Amino acid sequence: MVRLNVNGKTHNVDVDPATPLLWVIREQLGLTGTKYGCGVAQCGACTVHMDGAALRSCVMPCAAATGKKINTIESLAKDGKLTKVQQAWIDHEVPQCGYCQTGMIMAVTALLKEKPKPTDADIDAAITNICRCGTFQEVRAAVHAAAKA
Amino acid sequence: MNARVPNLSRRQFVIGSAATGAGLAIGLEFSFAMNAAQAAAPAAAAAAPEIGAWVVIRPDDTVSVRVVRSEMGQGTITGLAQLVAEELECDWSKVTYEYPTPGESVKRKRIWGDFSTGGSRGIRTSHEYVRKGGAAARMMLLQAAATQWGVPVSELSVQKSVVTHAASKRKTTYGKLAEVAAKLPVPTDIKLKDPKDWTIIGKPLKRLDTRDKVSGKQVYGIDLKLPGMLIAAIKQSPVFGGKVKSFDASKAAAMPGVKKVVQVGDNAVAVVASTFWQAKVAADTLVIEWDEGSHGKVSSAGIAKVLEEGLSAPQAFVGNQAGDIKSALSSAASKVEAVYAYPYQNHAPMEPMNATARYTADKCEVWVPTQDGEASFAATLAASGLPADKCEVYKINLGGGFGRRGAFQDYTTQAVLIAKQMPGTPVKLIWTREEDMTQGRYHPVMQCKLVGSFDADKNLTGIHMRLSGQSILAAVRPQIVEQEKGRDPNVFQGVIAGDGEHGFGYTMPNLLIDHAMRNPHVPPGFWRGVNINQNAIFFECFMDELAEAAGKDSVAFRRQFLGKHPRNLAVLNAVAERIQWDKPAAAGVFRGVAQMRAFGSFVAAACELSVKDGNKVKVHRIVAATDPGYAVNPAQIERQVSGSFVYGLSALFMQECTVKDGRIEQTNFDNYNSMRIAQMPKVETIIIQGGGPVWGGIGEPTICVAAPAVLNALYRATGKRLRSVPLKNHGFTLV
Ligand code: FES
Ligand code: FES
Repeated sequence: MVRLNVNGKTHNVDVDPATPLLWVIREQLGLTGTKYGCGVAQCGACTVHMDGAALRSCVMPCAAATGKKINTIESLAKDGKLTKVQQAWIDHEVPQCGYCQTGMIMAVTALLKEKPKPTDADIDAAITNICRCGTFQEVRAAVHAAAKA
Repeated sequence: MNARVPNLSRRQFVIGSAATGAGLAIGLEFSFAMNAAQAAAPAAAAAAPEIGAWVVIRPDDTVSVRVVRSEMGQGTITGLAQLVAEELECDWSKVTYEYPTPGESVKRKRIWGDFSTGGSRGIRTSHEYVRKGGAAARMMLLQAAATQWGVPVSELSVQKSVVTHAASKRKTTYGKLAEVAAKLPVPTDIKLKDPKDWTIIGKPLKRLDTRDKVSGKQVYGIDLKLPGMLIAAIKQSPVFGGKVKSFDASKAAAMPGVKKVVQVGDNAVAVVASTFWQAKVAADTLVIEWDEGSHGKVSSAGIAKVLEEGLSAPQAFVGNQAGDIKSALSSAASKVEAVYAYPYQNHAPMEPMNATARYTADKCEVWVPTQDGEASFAATLAASGLPADKCEVYKINLGGGFGRRGAFQDYTTQAVLIAKQMPGTPVKLIWTREEDMTQGRYHPVMQCKLVGSFDADKNLTGIHMRLSGQSILAAVRPQIVEQEKGRDPNVFQGVIAGDGEHGFGYTMPNLLIDHAMRNPHVPPGFWRGVNINQNAIFFECFMDELAEAAGKDSVAFRRQFLGKHPRNLAVLNAVAERIQWDKPAAAGVFRGVAQMRAFGSFVAAACELSVKDGNKVKVHRIVAATDPGYAVNPAQIERQVSGSFVYGLSALFMQECTVKDGRIEQTNFDNYNSMRIAQMPKVETIIIQGGGPVWGGIGEPTICVAAPAVLNALYRATGKRLRSVPLKNHGFTLV
């Protein structure tokens, strides 16, 4: 049994403690907004928040998350009200296929918490997610818009 | 009936099976079509009246447009819906979409046409019939109103789904007319709107599919959940063409969650478990003995040697010929010669390959992110052994495709073969990124030798371009190559004569472009942009080499050969003007250009870059011009253009799949990298609407001009002609 706090709820999950947090979130908890892209901490598709900071969940054994607050993309919008990052994503039409975007939004949300008015250099340093559709130009515009909102 | 006819192409097969009577009686109300959200529960898709084949209208005036091309990010759903809505004259704010299924298409004799989503064809090859579908529905709805009110259709007007009879001040809406309209005959004599009257086509409307993508609600194939579903992980022969000799599953079978270990076809073994992670961990313990076949010793160096030999081989297929290149070369006062090379590359869409299948003796169902529902359907039939009326495929939106998920349905076949061994249980097969990287259908390898000849006055007298390398069609559509007596016409994409959908547009006095076909065992595939990527690099970089030898400016040099192709010239001029080609760049900044016609659109790029420490390349800016004839959604075009440069520059700087011992060496993004936001240049897109009968594509065309524009600028910055991809092999990095 591994005890996890995800999106404000406590779960006791019957799973091998070595199972990556990503797969527990997707399979045992059924929250599929967090994506698998590489499994080796390269792409950022699996980004969640651990105690508010961005974390690539594909390389963290789920047992290591015990006692931490994990948040996934599903927890951002409250009662259907999107966050300013999500809204900026819609306003700037960032997603193409969209597969990388939940991870991208989680990474950006964590960045804005730390640096509410990030410079381009801050964005370059913090956002290292892969997007094969190549939405970076819109991502940058949307980050600045969210920071202003 | 049994629709399985071996030795026929997929298309012949699908048409043939429809013609031989798989059709069922079709009522007016259907619930077969669905969107991704409904994919997991097809029965939940609401029945509603269809007005002709393309439009479904519900009583609340919601318009659901049938879309048969697949959404993989390129915006085809929105663009195609705009085309239908324009002619329908409906309220855009109430438009949604649904995917008809391939099985239904077979039953209805392919009423929706081609499902295949590749070659940037979504809009360009279906714009006419989908607009007619919208117009037909409008005519039926107006007829219904006219009959109801007892007035002639000519006295009615319609705007945003509201039909008005001005004389009697009566109004009604499409939602109220739908039921009656659905029963009317579908008109065939249809006149489309004049482009100048468009109000929906040509507008930067918001995409229809964004909201669920920012909340995590969008269901991709990999996210699908079905009751009782199990998950499979797979190990495929690392050497292409190899087979399973034997395998020991004793350890895997005893691991937690594992339900079954099965052989899949002759070249793979899968572990089926309760969760993916259990299946993956167990699959890693499989001990498989492979029969590697005859390719277990093949290496990149060996492949390069074979291609090199082709550069001077006597036999080659001719793709483009003008004048007399032999005498131009032999009488040349001077010559320029260069050899270029392009590597294998993987598509690497962010969502790894996957498919879900449920098989029983009477029904085989597949849920799959596919670029071609009909190809998935054909694979389902073949693998299940069931006839067309017992198979169905539900398309799910893709987490990227780029050509990997169309012609190739290996994952669909595998999912069915696995499910067949567990009848009644839905099984979702998910490839690891490692399988995805090493089991690709790769951008083919190609080398190219170019020789240009000049007379004593430095006038260009001729070019011989010899391609040597792999044919995609020989592997994927061998019947075309057979018809062409061994030639692959597609290999000349962009460097062919005439006014086809691809072409550099240059008129040269003497020209020979030929291809020595050399097919290594690594399976090639259609990769965003296909053969035009390497051809644009080869030709457009060589044009710069020739311009330099002639002592001419790159743009001016190109212009003198573009007289017969004014639209190629126009995009070139557009980027030259925007980047102020005639004025010097800022200190330390260097420029390059390239142009091409690709997938029907005319495209050009001009870039500005600088180089630090001799090898760190910063691309500051790319100006791109595209003339697709008609710009259906300019906002989406901008996004596809800048996105194509991410794909193209990742390929140029970072990406190569190398071969060792018959297998691909790169396994994940740590050794097959992709651009990040820090490396993103500022992209400025110029859209030109040249009109005309041919509509150009959007998803692919611009990708091909990014690399040559950057390479040409890099030469100016460094004095080095970098003639092989990727640039990391030359010590250059993108910063
Ligand atoms: S899946 Fe975790 S970083 Fe790629
Ligand atoms: S939007 Fe498709 S990978 Fe980023």
